[in-house]
Amino acid sequence: MPPADPSPAAPSVWRRLLARRAPHRRSGSGLPARSAIRALVWARRASQAGFAALFLALLCATAFRGTFTAKADTAIRMKWPVEGFLLADPFVALLTALASRGVYRGMAWSVALLALTLVFGRVFCGWICPFGTLHHLTAWVFPSRYGKGASRVEANHTHGYQRAKYYLLFAFLAAAAAGSAIGGLFDPICICVRAIGLSVIPALQYVGGHGLAAASSLNERHVQAASDAAQDLLAQTVWQPRQFYFHQSWFIGSLLVATLFMNRFIPRFWCRVLCPLGALLGLFSRFALFGMEKDHAKCTDCNLCLVHCQGADSPQGGVKWRQDECHMCLNCETACPEDVIKFRFLPGRASTVTAPDTGRRTALATFAAGAAAIPLVRIADAGSLDANYDPRVIRPPGAVEERAFLERCIRCAECMKVCPNNALHPALFEAGIEGLWTPILIARIGYCEPSCVLCGDVCPTGAIQKIDEKQKLGIGQAPIKIGTAFYDHGRCLPWSMQTPCIVCEEFCPTSPKAIWVEEVDAEVRASTPGPNGEPPDMKRVHLQRPHVDPALCIGCGACEKVCPVQDKPAVYVTSVGETRSKSNVILLENTNYNAPG
Amino acid sequence: MRDRPTRREMIQRLGAAGLVLGGAALGAGLRWDRGGFDVHRAAGDRQVRDFRLKGASAAPLPELVVAKGDPDPAVLTRRAIDALGGMARYVSRGDVVVVKPNIGWDRLPIHAANTNPTVVATVVQMAFEAGAKQVVVTDASCNDPSRCFQRSGIWRATHNLGATVVLPAEHRFRTMRLNGDVLDEWPVYTPLVNADKLINVPVAKHHNLAKYTGAMKNWYGALGGRRNRLHQNIDVSVADLATFLRPTLVVVDATRVLVRNGPQGGNVDDTRELNTVIATADQVAADAYGVGLIGQKREAVAYLKMGHERGLGTMEWETLRVKEV
Repeated sequence: MPPADPSPAAPSVWRRLLARRAPHRRSGSGLPARSAIRALVWARRASQAGFAALFLALLCATAFRGTFTAKADTAIRMKWPVEGFLLADPFVALLTALASRGVYRGMAWSVALLALTLVFGRVFCGWICPFGTLHHLTAWVFPSRYGKGASRVEANHTHGYQRAKYYLLFAFLAAAAAGSAIGGLFDPICICVRAIGLSVIPALQYVGGHGLAAASSLNERHVQAASDAAQDLLAQTVWQPRQFYFHQSWFIGSLLVATLFMNRFIPRFWCRVLCPLGALLGLFSRFALFGMEKDHAKCTDCNLCLVHCQGADSPQGGVKWRQDECHMCLNCETACPEDVIKFRFLPGRASTVTAPDTGRRTALATFAAGAAAIPLVRIADAGSLDANYDPRVIRPPGAVEERAFLERCIRCAECMKVCPNNALHPALFEAGIEGLWTPILIARIGYCEPSCVLCGDVCPTGAIQKIDEKQKLGIGQAPIKIGTAFYDHGRCLPWSMQTPCIVCEEFCPTSPKAIWVEEVDAEVRASTPGPNGEPPDMKRVHLQRPHVDPALCIGCGACEKVCPVQDKPAVYVTSVGETRSKSNVILLENTNYNAPG
Repeated sequence: MRDRPTRREMIQRLGAAGLVLGGAALGAGLRWDRGGFDVHRAAGDRQVRDFRLKGASAAPLPELVVAKGDPDPAVLTRRAIDALGGMARYVSRGDVVVVKPNIGWDRLPIHAANTNPTVVATVVQMAFEAGAKQVVVTDASCNDPSRCFQRSGIWRATHNLGATVVLPAEHRFRTMRLNGDVLDEWPVYTPLVNADKLINVPVAKHHNLAKYTGAMKNWYGALGGRRNRLHQNIDVSVADLATFLRPTLVVVDATRVLVRNGPQGGNVDDTRELNTVIATADQVAADAYGVGLIGQKREAVAYLKMGHERGLGTMEWETLRVKEV
């Protein structure tokens, strides 16, 4: 924030605006801050607001809402590069490159962000990152009594705990080299997409939807019309026409709240202490051409720079500036009344520390811990790739084989956000602890829409490949299967209750249908006894009893979704038979190791 | 000495406690739920939303028109409705007309699982020509609605004519009492009942459980909630729905029909090109005629018989004034 206006209380807004145009006079020397720096601080604020808005706009656009302009056979894809922030994320690029030995398609954009860091330092953290902006805002709006005055100055000194993010970074990079992109759990962009997309937006819809429904129930025509119009507008822009639910998403939402709450004690807690992307950019910022020079002699220890410091990077006189911690917000130079602090190109480095002060042993230890963690979690049976594989781990269509999948999946939740049927969900421990928040299909909540390929379209890392409709539906080739359906005869209406049903068969999308029916005439007992207490009559009913053809079933889960046995469906899908695996199969012909694919 | 409250203070404290107690008692009394089942059960006749024309026409116009032979669905639709007396007979100036096609499935027009977009567009066009103030096109789809509306081609075709295309959303369903034999209280899709005139524009196709789906079964799209339960008594459900909704006009698209793997299809080999459009005000007769087009017998479709017996129309379509054009 700029220092308080020194002019006396102005009688009118107009007068105050004029007063602002005069050079900004500060306490102490009374010299004004350079106008270029003051302009840059406002540019930074505009940049933060603009990128946060862009991020939210792209996140809300990560959905298919249909359009009247498209022809019937127009391929359905995202209009915008909605995963753009992730493509530009060098931490994600490095994780997946280390794990999969490749840089997938758009991930090459992350080089641009690296280039920006090499010129200006961690400007991403201070100017661009939407999660950083969220923390900046939270620390500003909700400071605790420890977040003001002298306590705030103390909090904004450089602390040893800020090294934690480097250790996290080392551990995640080692884990990636060991074959797991699990570091995505801590990537700030992934957290933003996951927490806002899977928790905040659905929660807002829940509250907003119920509020507008309550307005509708007033039975006042104009109120109803306005409420319906608002519902339509929100469904077409922010959320979807129906409420989305995400598996165990309370956990994701609570972690977001907890992280934001920490700003009351340590401003920008996340960015200073935990963010591995910030740490990675911090490592590269030592090469930055733009930076700070200090004139220690002029410093009066007023600590105004520390009050407004974002990165806790020691901007004050008497100590060296910590370039790797600085977010380049430029608040310190604006606040400094004595011209101690100057930002410029190719600054002298006499009073600058460029590299993090991580202890070598701790760095090695964390690196080793990260590398050791992966074999450790993979020998535990839950989520094991080779033994006792969990039947609920149904991956999205186009997902690569499980080992390669874990090398690439960064848990960004783009696929879950875009899924039009609310079919994809963040796993809790279904896929083992390593599979936390990787996508699984829960058919009871939503099935995989056969002609849809949007999850692969938005996946930034190729964990879900960019397949097209022909590959998915199997036009001129074998279709992509994600699992196989099974009947629970004890719960199925025609099988055990002699009641006609076959909604599953109706919804089965393959042609010919993977669900076929056997026509039978069966005996059924009437529900009421005879007039004189005789046993109830038996009568014959004609039934169609459904069966699954495992060679045709693609595991989409439409049958499970529509099964009228509400709580635990009589037909359900498990992952066995998925095309991506050569081992998780039923049929002999799918076990052919020489077959292509 | 004990610190005793003054009289004034005592009255204030007693008054405050009394107010809180009284407020709690009042609140509990106003919102007292006596509980138990059957407290709110209503009784009564089957509910009906009747959009049919009142009064018979003077001229001996045909009652069921079958247009066939032209490869252009627009020509067939226009011919059929004109032979029935023209759209102006059914739609008055300033009407809000709701057109209910079948947009149930994420299938392309060639698969014949949804109503042909040209047939729907022609009905919309004719309704506007007859002076309709607003034409709403809507359905409550089975698959993802955005995908069904877009890929059926109906969204684009009718939006371009100025129709209001309404996609289903949770807030558009309101629970209503139908008082049918099996359908008691269900969430009803409100755009279908908030109309001056209701035109049913189904596609004739095979249905594995009900044998045939056309006009009457098309009203499944009027319900929300867990309508997968309806299959357990599909025939009575369909009859209940056709009792509830009596359309102004029925235009059956049989330009291309699905003869196997219905109602969803997905394979062009399962379809037959028939180049036929049927127009009538009798939803039972429309279905009785349509059943024959997919090679089934009307006696095998139980809901037709129920509709006939309930007096919703006649399954003996030959008894009507039939005209082929």
